[in-house]
Amino acid sequence: MTQTLNAHAATANANGKALSHGPAPSPGPASSHGAARPIVTLDHVTKRFPGVVANDRVSFDLWPGEVHVLLGENGAGKSTLVGMLSGLQLPDEGGVLIDGHEVRISSPARALELGIGTVFQHSMLVPSLSVVDNMALGGRWWSRPDREGLARRMAAVCADIGVTIDPHAKVGALSLGEQQQVEIVRALMRGSRVLILDEATAMLTPKGAEDLGALMGRLVKLGIAVVFITHKLNEALAFGHRITVLRLGRRVDEISPERLAALGPAAATAEIIRLMFGADAAAQATASHPRRAPSTQPLLQIEGLAVDDDSVPLAGIDLEVSPGEIVGIAGIDGNGQKQFAEAVAGQRRLAAGRIRLGGQPIERLDVGGRRRLGLRYVTDDRLGEGTVGTFPISLNLLLKQVGEAPFWRHGIDQPETIATHARRMVSEFDVRTPGIETAIGKLSGGNIQKALLARELSGKARAVIFAKPTYGLDVQNIRATRQRIREAADAGLAVILISTDLEEVLELSDRIAVMSRGQVVGMVGNDAAARSRVGELMSGATP
Amino acid sequence: MSDTTQIGSDALPAPRSGVWRDRARLLALALGPVLGAVLLSGLVLLALGVNPFAYYGYVVDRGLLNPYGLQATLTRMGPLLLIAAGLIVAFRAGIWNLGGDGQFLLSAVIVAALGPLLAPHMPVWLVLLIGLLVGAMVGAAWSVLPALLKAYQGVNEIITTLMMTFLGVSLANVLVKLFFRDPATTVPQTRTLIVADRLPRLFDTTISSGLIIGLVAIIVVHLVMTRTAFGLKLRIVGANPRAAIHAGLSVPALTVATFAISAALAGLAGAVEIMGVQGNVRADWNPAYSLTVVPLVFLARFNGFASIAFVFLFSVLSIGGESAARRTGVPNFFTLVVVAILLIMLGITEYLDQRRRAAGK
Repeated sequence: MTQTLNAHAATANANGKALSHGPAPSPGPASSHGAARPIVTLDHVTKRFPGVVANDRVSFDLWPGEVHVLLGENGAGKSTLVGMLSGLQLPDEGGVLIDGHEVRISSPARALELGIGTVFQHSMLVPSLSVVDNMALGGRWWSRPDREGLARRMAAVCADIGVTIDPHAKVGALSLGEQQQVEIVRALMRGSRVLILDEATAMLTPKGAEDLGALMGRLVKLGIAVVFITHKLNEALAFGHRITVLRLGRRVDEISPERLAALGPAAATAEIIRLMFGADAAAQATASHPRRAPSTQPLLQIEGLAVDDDSVPLAGIDLEVSPGEIVGIAGIDGNGQKQFAEAVAGQRRLAAGRIRLGGQPIERLDVGGRRRLGLRYVTDDRLGEGTVGTFPISLNLLLKQVGEAPFWRHGIDQPETIATHARRMVSEFDVRTPGIETAIGKLSGGNIQKALLARELSGKARAVIFAKPTYGLDVQNIRATRQRIREAADAGLAVILISTDLEEVLELSDRIAVMSRGQVVGMVGNDAAARSRVGELMSGATP
Repeated sequence: MSDTTQIGSDALPAPRSGVWRDRARLLALALGPVLGAVLLSGLVLLALGVNPFAYYGYVVDRGLLNPYGLQATLTRMGPLLLIAAGLIVAFRAGIWNLGGDGQFLLSAVIVAALGPLLAPHMPVWLVLLIGLLVGAMVGAAWSVLPALLKAYQGVNEIITTLMMTFLGVSLANVLVKLFFRDPATTVPQTRTLIVADRLPRLFDTTISSGLIIGLVAIIVVHLVMTRTAFGLKLRIVGANPRAAIHAGLSVPALTVATFAISAALAGLAGAVEIMGVQGNVRADWNPAYSLTVVPLVFLARFNGFASIAFVFLFSVLSIGGESAARRTGVPNFFTLVVVAILLIMLGITEYLDQRRRAAGK
């Protein structure tokens, strides 16, 4: 381990010097691997789990100096592939070659020894410890951690890759993006030549994702190979040099850097969608949505809403939504969107303000009372608060109606009615599940979201709040969810769409409100100028 | 059972699909530790120089086969079933009510003091009814503080209920020694409820009707938890409190209700034990039933019917163990050794099962 580390430090320094010598022409991604041999090769690996072939004779080359993007829907086999590289799983068939030699990556420790570091979607750091102490984890238990030495080595690596991290800051106080940088630095300090970023941008703000993309660019210039897994095609194209598409456990195709450059972004997007979903999907993706003319009488009226909160208090929020109208709420994550949605849905006490639904004041009603009047809330925290993971789908579909007729009579459950309702919802909303008694936590994110949409959009819904409705979903489910949102509005519902994805807000909304630091800082109609206006408001350029 | 948050996250087994495999797995999970514990305890007995076959022979004979032994076993089940019912409510709602012993003992002392006081003035059935009600209320009252602290301040109920047990046990002793002491006896104890004023016996046996109360309570609790809207609400709070808030359930109110029901059942157990078996409370008497029932309820995976089976098994072990201990010269509390080993085996089984499931994923 020490050896690899030193070796790495040497190359890193060498590269760092090379880089600092003036603006030398950037070594295009394709030409950067003068060595004609990939660092890591997966040679027709197969991995089976009970009932499924997660990876079916997948081959995969990883070149130094390249960001290799892995694309595929949920369940395409990306996680399994990463699992085999990071030592969590062993392939059933096929081989793994590192520098041309066959190896067995039997454990995460072995993967690190071989120079493969993984940064998982969810932070693997201890939030209550400082950054250096996190770096010291895994050292010998009897020796005192050499904090100064670690901090020095950390500073060297940080300088190499162009990030700044305070080594003595508590990890819990860092943003998610910074925590990821810490994990990347840690992987490099342990001598990684291959860095796997597993859905690394899923939790980040758009700015954080951009920073990470730039960081990946600097990493590959140091000769490191990066595997980048993402759901977002624009990120794949912006940050990636080589793209491999997986589908149903098979490698569909690999787009080489040369071809990627030749295609250009638009053609490449169409090509990737075709590879991921087949030919028909590509056509659908580009179909646009005709604007509706919403009626003028507002259905949901919010006046002077204020909420006390430790992190982001809300103040003076006014918003009106007409039936059939979609009002988008754009803004960078963590600017009070969650607090706003919870306050309107009834999960939070208002400090001040009025909420009216169809003219009727609802601010004093609880969640159930507001729901009965037709106010619905599709939460973004699907497993954390939207569902009870261990409970069957049938009960999760009724989570907000426990005790209500006809599913319960005199407080006693009516299994037949509950099952009929569940079967109807499952088929209407196309929830793919082995059965209605399956624990909902076992479904994929897309199917959990379908179940949530079924729960919130069925019955007498009049106004719906969608909180980041496509967050963490794959392309097909994103499209299906957006379609549901449109249909809800077309059916005359008043819709509030909270999203940190500006494209989504622009695609769906009639009007767009921008939230910043707990306030609505502006409202713009969704016209040609909307993008730049919203952008200005989000970045705080105009008052 | 590694973690507070896990206790409420029970999924009822899916009907139809894979039912038998599931049941076989549950059966193995439940019986495996029992067999292992019997085996290991046998080895401990061997090390003590006692013939394990003789010991277990006495246990089975005195706890199960001998008619008087069996009747004592069934009588013992009454309060244990009530405590188990109370624990099932709490654990399924994700609440660790470990204060059952304090709730049990305080209720026992107050019922023991009240019974002989009321008996001369009213019919037996009314005395018994009042005794049961008062017992339940005293138990519930002793959980008010932990309940409010948990519901509105989020204070960990494991600590508060255990502390309340220490207070409750001491207070019960003080009450016996200072206020409810029977002047006719030298040993400090409450006045004794005469046998005619106690819970009626079943048919021509010595079995107390407390058994029926216990069986009814645990079956009702099982049905309430699995079939009613109220039970489902408690289970939602237990499995995912944030989902409960999202769904508009009043988590504090449900938490207080859970404590009240759980502690009332523990209190009821105290009343049943006094009015069905003991007749009085001696100073420093504390059978610590509640803490012994906790592992049984876990073994039964919070299932009411399985709990009946395990409570029965434990009663056989504890009644038979008392006479086996006398005959083989093993200390009386060897029963607790068996239960302790059972608990460890339970933990190991749980761990192995989790590993197996993780591997199957």
